[in-house]
Parts: sequence; structure tokens; C-alpha cells
Amino acid sequence: MTKDVIGSVLVVGGGIAGMRSALDLANSGYYVYLLEKSPSIGGVMSQLDKTFPTNDCAM
Amino acid sequence: MEIVRHPRYVDESKCIACGACYEKCPKKIPDTYNQGLAKRKAIYVEYAQAVPLKYRIDPDTCIYLQKKKCGACKKLCPTGAIDFDMKEKIDTLNVGSVVLAPGFKPFDPSGFDTYNYANLPNVMTATEFERILSASGPTTGHLIRMSDHKEPKKIAWLQCVGSRDINRCDNPACSSVCCMYAIKEAVIAKEHSGDDLDCAIFYMDMRTMGKEFERFYENAKKKGVRFIRCRVHSIVPVGDTGDMELRYVTDDGQVTTEIFEQVVLSVGLQTPPELVALADRLGISLTKGNFCKTDPFEPVATSREGVYVCGAFQGPKDIPQSVIDAGAAASAAGEFLSPARNTLTRVPEIVPETNVINERPRVGVFVCRCGVNIAGVVDVPAVAEYARTLPYVEFVADNLYSCSQDTQDIMAQTIREQNLNRVVVAACTPKTHEPLFQETLIAAGLNKYLFEMANIRNQDSWVHKNNPELATEKAMDLVRMAVSKAALIQPLKETALNVNQAALVIGGGVSGMNAARSLSRQGYVTHIVEKSDTLGGQARNLHTLPSGDKVADRLEKLAAQIEADEKITVHLNTTLAGVEGFVGNFKTTLAGNGGEQVLEHGVAVIATGGQEYKPAEYRYGEDPRILTSLELDRKLMDNDPAIESARSAVFIQCVGSREPERPYCSRICCTHSVHNSIELKRANPDMNVFILYRDVRTYGEKEYLYREARELGVIFVRFDLEHKPEVRKDGDRLIVRVIDHVLGIPMDIETDILTLASAILPNREEKLARFFKVPLNEDGFFVEKHAKLGPSEFATDGVFLCGLAHYPKPIDESIAQARAAASRAITLLAREKIHTSGQVAEINPSWCSQCGTCVSLCPYSAPTFRSPEERFWPGKAEINPALCKGCGLCVASCRSGAIHLKGFDNDQIFAQIFSMNEAG
Repeated sequence: MTKDVIGSVLVVGGGIAGMRSALDLANSGYYVYLLEKSPSIGGVMSQLDKTFPTNDCAM
Repeated sequence: MEIVRHPRYVDESKCIACGACYEKCPKKIPDTYNQGLAKRKAIYVEYAQAVPLKYRIDPDTCIYLQKKKCGACKKLCPTGAIDFDMKEKIDTLNVGSVVLAPGFKPFDPSGFDTYNYANLPNVMTATEFERILSASGPTTGHLIRMSDHKEPKKIAWLQCVGSRDINRCDNPACSSVCCMYAIKEAVIAKEHSGDDLDCAIFYMDMRTMGKEFERFYENAKKKGVRFIRCRVHSIVPVGDTGDMELRYVTDDGQVTTEIFEQVVLSVGLQTPPELVALADRLGISLTKGNFCKTDPFEPVATSREGVYVCGAFQGPKDIPQSVIDAGAAASAAGEFLSPARNTLTRVPEIVPETNVINERPRVGVFVCRCGVNIAGVVDVPAVAEYARTLPYVEFVADNLYSCSQDTQDIMAQTIREQNLNRVVVAACTPKTHEPLFQETLIAAGLNKYLFEMANIRNQDSWVHKNNPELATEKAMDLVRMAVSKAALIQPLKETALNVNQAALVIGGGVSGMNAARSLSRQGYVTHIVEKSDTLGGQARNLHTLPSGDKVADRLEKLAAQIEADEKITVHLNTTLAGVEGFVGNFKTTLAGNGGEQVLEHGVAVIATGGQEYKPAEYRYGEDPRILTSLELDRKLMDNDPAIESARSAVFIQCVGSREPERPYCSRICCTHSVHNSIELKRANPDMNVFILYRDVRTYGEKEYLYREARELGVIFVRFDLEHKPEVRKDGDRLIVRVIDHVLGIPMDIETDILTLASAILPNREEKLARFFKVPLNEDGFFVEKHAKLGPSEFATDGVFLCGLAHYPKPIDESIAQARAAASRAITLLAREKIHTSGQVAEINPSWCSQCGTCVSLCPYSAPTFRSPEERFWPGKAEINPALCKGCGLCVASCRSGAIHLKGFDNDQIFAQIFSMNEAG
């Protein structure tokens, strides 16, 4: 790949998938814009009580 | 890209989340975070742990923004953060790539009139029920129903609400997650209310196809959760009791009615209309179920170059699969942008570290209120006052939320201004928050180990809610203990180690090749080790995918790319003979092709795959017409005339899976058989095709195949574990007998092809597990770091996992996980240097008696003997700080007392213990 590219990524959605993706990209050397429509990140997972199988608090 | 910034009406840089505005805001509205089950104000934070912890005003309900009246929050705000004049802003961003992770919307069952969701308060969705179970929810975790706040004694879950349904809604796909979450909710409900709580789950097929899911299902049955196979038509209220009557058909055809006190609707996952519109704006294609369209060999690439997708927008899926996709999407975007790596990122400024050695301790104590989490029970100002009286304490403050960004900045400033050289934070748990506070120390120029935490929340205010006075006293004790230790702690050094920039991938199947390709495309030299003489693994045995792709064609293309890649070296006919070293610096001995070779690498990806179970049942091996799934694929590939001439074909599912000796679901066999049944029907529409199954687990959009197969006339017959089909030969005739579940009588099917959908077995790589110090589970699959949040990596640093070695999965999921493993590995490689922990064990060689206890005991192989030829301390034990995890096993077991754990020295621990007894 020799074409000129911009070293930044727009991640749309701040749930568990968006956050994980944003963190991986940032830690790999790319500037990340994380877009979230609600006032805080976390998505649906933050509304869950516990998650299987560890019964960890989903928060 | 143009993005719209919606106004928050609260200046984020000023808001300190003190909550004064919230207290006074007169407007009460339904709390969306709690699914409308509780009320909140027009100015709000979604939940206590929200990031960012900044208030927002809802413009649709705020009295001022609607009618220009009120404005109480603006008058009250101590920092002047309220700004009613904020306007929507449009920003333009220049980005090289886009990752779509917009999620899903739970199905809204209001339109299902027979379920009465809109009318009956005791019918709720599963998302609402999650909030009821949650300690932070509207009932603070008390399992009560909404109509009369009574504890329900009987709860029913109705599955497939808004999923697998084109009759009452237009959602043909299976939502993949509802079976599992319903079981989880039922089990947790029983934990809340006791074993006598009656939980019944009404379902069509129980789809517990994930790792460890089947065991959870079996355990739920043992715990008394009832599973009833029936789709309930309607929920009928019983007078004004708040109870509801369900009418259903039992397995033996009896119509039964039963009264429940609470009904939970297991609502499905769907793409909301605004996402369909977004897809349209971005010009990306969707499936017929309105999920993002992807190719099985490119599972996170949308139809538009440079735009990737992950999470439930790609298809209904659970958390682990979303996390896997997220890694894969990050890797795909990273591969696309690789030439521009590190061109736009900023490196944080390094604050020079102040030398505090030989200084008198000057301890700063920060006592956290954690909103009301701590301050609601513990008298925080009293604890702070008490801390002032303790020796060496020079400064004390109490914070509303110590973890908020602005408090962090203030703390760093305070440390500098007050010349503090030790910091104690009395707050929550170091498990989650120690790294954050250590960052604050670093920002203030202090060594991060000059820090101590007292857990006055989890171990105090949360557990002594009913006893605030004693809780306050205990908080004082905990603070005193922490301060007495803090006065003795010393700065610790972390060693920086270079990360070798090469990667090793073990296994040359689809997963291994994809992991290697992602690593190489991001610029890293990669070695693939494959024990056989060719690349491709199990995928070489597969005929076609449901997408219509011929696997062989795609595989050939992939292998050709790997072979042509200059950064990838393939070692065929090779196995691992030994592994030395640790994260960033592995030395692996490869054995093969008549010799040995040592390879240095920084990371390793385990992609060793799995194998097909060779059945011992159903007369397998006694007749050439009895095949395994892969053998049928081979016949299809070879255009075997036996296929075309067959008049009848039978598939038996769960052969070797979901059995007591192998209590897991192999995940892919249902889809594989259903897909092949369609192939057979297409090849010969007159063929009679039967699938004998226990539950059809065509999860997600694979459900379309199930429907198509039925439409083509494939006959599905269910059996259970107690009444498995029987295979017999009558002369030349091959006959399968199965008890029809509707008629309850045995049915004989004569067949020309009998396909046994046999289990996927792990390779039980015990040697490899030992080499890399990674665990296998009781089934023989590798155990990942975290079932939900770390599915593609191991707890051992620098070692990653993907494909069938993790758990049975189809090609698209294997590829996603391979790329996720590569993505996780690259975050390590990209750092180039890693820092070992300062809290490691250290041996005083003059006291070491060379007994070897530590060497044999350490689970991480950190202690070794120095060479007898060494000039200093020959033969004594020493500890490699890069391998030491600071567990303290060696410290406790050293008979000479020669080992100590830095940061947990005897004097420090004793100081803590002794000060525990000093009454305040």
C-alpha cells in the first residue's frame, strides 16, 4: 500500500465494540475520534446487571 | 467526515459533577438509562460511573429551554458551567478510515397486542429486567414487580420476541443472545429471591452455542429453572391481581394454563431506522435483516473501502463476539492505514521524577466521597479531620469523586504545591483505580509506587451500610494503616525492555494465515509454524459456505498471498521443541525438516485449530454410506455420483456434542448440516432429506438457511438425549429409526446417505500450553484471558489466541478472531518497549542457601540459579524481574528469609498490622 493515507480513524459508537476498537487503534499508533450520540460511553453493556460466566458486574 | 456535535448545555471543562443542579431541577422525567422504570431530572448524568462524569440537560424536557422559565441549575451551579446558549456544531474531521460500531436497539414489543406489554406493568422486557436485578437500578437490586412491589414467586420468560418472526414483525434473524441472557437472568433471579422462586423459560430452540454456555444451561436445569418448548401466543391478565395467565402446549400435546406473577419478554436485537439511514448516507450495503453486509473471508469490511464494522450492527451477537470483531476492525483499519502509523498521535509529556530518597515523609491523604457511595454511610469530613492528626501527614482533602479528570488535575497540582512525597487515597479498590491514581503521581513528578490506597468503599461503606458509626471508625482505621505503611514506602524502579518486533504464529490454517497476514500488513515480520506439509488446515476439508463461496478457491487465494508476502516466512512440517523467555523476548526452538532452529520473537499467536470427532456411535465405519459432515463435503467436492443417485439423505445432529462426556455445543454443525441439506435439495429436488436434531442452532442470520431448508422441503425431526436415533441395516438397506416428537411413535427412514454431524475436538496441545504457561479447560480448549473482555488473548503477556483452538466456530468468526489476536499483539509490538513492574521479588544473595525452593515453586519460572562460574554470588538464586508477577509465593516459602517483595516489605506490612490495633 503506497497511497497516501491519513493516520486517524473515526469510530462511530461508544459501546463495548467501539471502545475496544478505539483502544486497539490508539495503542497501535493511530489517532482516534470516538463518536457517541448519548452523553456518556458504555452502551448497552453498561445497563446490564451481571455478565455470564464470571458474574462480573457488567459495569 | 462531517459530524454533528449536539449541545450538552453544560460546559464539560467546568462541570465538577457535584450534583447541586440535579437536586434542585424541578423537572422529573422517565429515566431512559433505567428503561423508564425510575425517574430522573431534566439535567442528569446517565449513571454514577458515567464517562465523562459531566451533567447534560435534556433540551426536550428542560423547562428553561422549552419555556425560558426556571433556570434553577444556572443559579446554583458553583462553577458556572450551565450554558443555555450552546448551539449545535458541525465539525469536519479528516480521517483515513471509519469503524462503525453503532450497536443495536432492543426490540420494542409495544406493538404485540396479545402480549399486553403496553398495558400490564408486570410484563417487562429483558433489558428492563436487567435494571431490576441491578444494584444501581430502580429497585436497588430488589427483585420486585412493578404493579404492587411484591416479590414475584413465579416468573416466565418468553423467548424470540421480535426475533425469528416474520409474522408479527419483520425480523427473520435469530438474535443469538436471548437464550443465554434469559438463562442468566433466571439463575440470578433465583440467587436474589431464593431457590423457591419458580423460573420458567418458554422457547423454540435453546441456543446455547457459545463457550461454556451449554454447561451453564445444564446447571440452570439442575438449579430448577424450567425449560418449556412452546411459543406462547398471549399473556392474559388475571383480574386485577397483577398476575398473568399463559396458555401453552406441553411436549406430549396437552394444552395447559399456568399463572405467573411476572413475565419477561426476551426481546431481540435489531437495527434501528436511523442506522439504516446512516448506512444509506455512507453508501454501505445491508443484509435483508438490515445488518451490515460482509463477506465471510472479510468479516469486518463493509461494501465501502476503508469503512469497517464491528458489534451487533454486523449481525446479532454477544459481547465476546463483539469484542472479537472490534479487534478485527481495528486491525483492518490499521492494515489500511499502516503507512501513516504514528503520524498523528501525540506522545504524552514526560514529567521528570523528583528524587525523594532520604527526605522526611510528607504524606498527602485524599479521602473520597464517591458521590454518596462512601459519603452516604461514612462521615467523610470526620475521617479527613482524623487523618490530619496522623504522623507525617502534611495535607488532607476530601473529594467528591477522586477519579474525575478535574480532581486528578487538582491532586497533581496539590502534590507539587504541598511538596508531598507520599500519597494515600482512601476511596474504592486498587484493583480498578490504582493505575489511575498512579498516573496522577507520575504527572506530579512522583514515582508511582509512592502511593497507597485504603478501600473505604467496597470493604467499608458498601458492607456496613446499616452501621454508619462503626463504618466511619473502620474508615479511620483503614486510613491510619495506609498512612503508617505509606511513611515507609520507597520509590521503585521499572526496567524497560525492548520488544522484539517479530511475531510467531503457530498453526497455518485459516486463522493462522489471517493472523499472519494482518501482522505483516501492519509491517511486522511474521513466522508461521505448521506441523503438516501444507497451509490451509481444516478449511481444506470444507466444500462451500452458505454465501455460495467455494472454500477451496478462497483458501488458495489466501495461501498464495501468504506465500508471496516477503514479511511472512512459512515453516512447514515443523513443530515447537521448546520456548524460553517472556513477553517481548521469546526464544523458540523450531524442530522440523531434519533440524532445529532458534527463532527470536516478541509475541506469539496460538492458532493450532481443532479436529473432527470420529464417531463411535451410529454404526460409523460399518457402511460406506455413513459419513461425517466433512466426508459429505468431500463427496460434494468430488461430485460423487452417490450424491446424485441418492433418493434419501438423513443428517443426525449433536454426534459427540452435548453429551455427558463432551458437554459443549460444537456451534457450527447445525448450520453446516442445514446448508448441506440445501445443497442436496438443489442438486436433486426429489431427494427426501431429513435432519434429526435436538435444537436447531442456526443463530444470527444463519436462521435464513433454516427457513430456506424448510421451504425446500427438508424435514426436521427432533429427538432428545434419552431417545437417540438408532441406525440398523436390513440386508442392504440402511435404516434410521427415530421417535417422532409430535406423534410419539417410532419412524423408520430408509436412507442412501447418513451424515453424522460430529463434534469438533480440540487438539489438546498440552506441550504448547506448558511452553507458554497458558491453561487448557477441561474440554481441552485453550482458556482465554477473560470470557467477555479478553477473548483473543491469554493471561500470560505476549501470547494470543484464535480459531478452533479457542472454541468451535465458523470461518468468518475464526478470521475475525485471528485479526483480533493480531490487533492485540500489535498494540504490544507498537510500544517497542515494555516496562516491568516495580513490585517484584528480589533475592538477597548473601542469605540465599541455594535450596532451590523458589526455583521449583514459581509458576512463572522467574527464579533461576546463577551459573557456578559467575564471579559474583555463583550458584545463588536470582529473579528475572520481567517474569516476576509479584505474587509473593517465593517470599513466603524462602526458608532463609532471603527474598523480599518490593512494595510489600516486612516493615511496611508490620507497620500496617501494628497500627491496626491502635484504637483511634
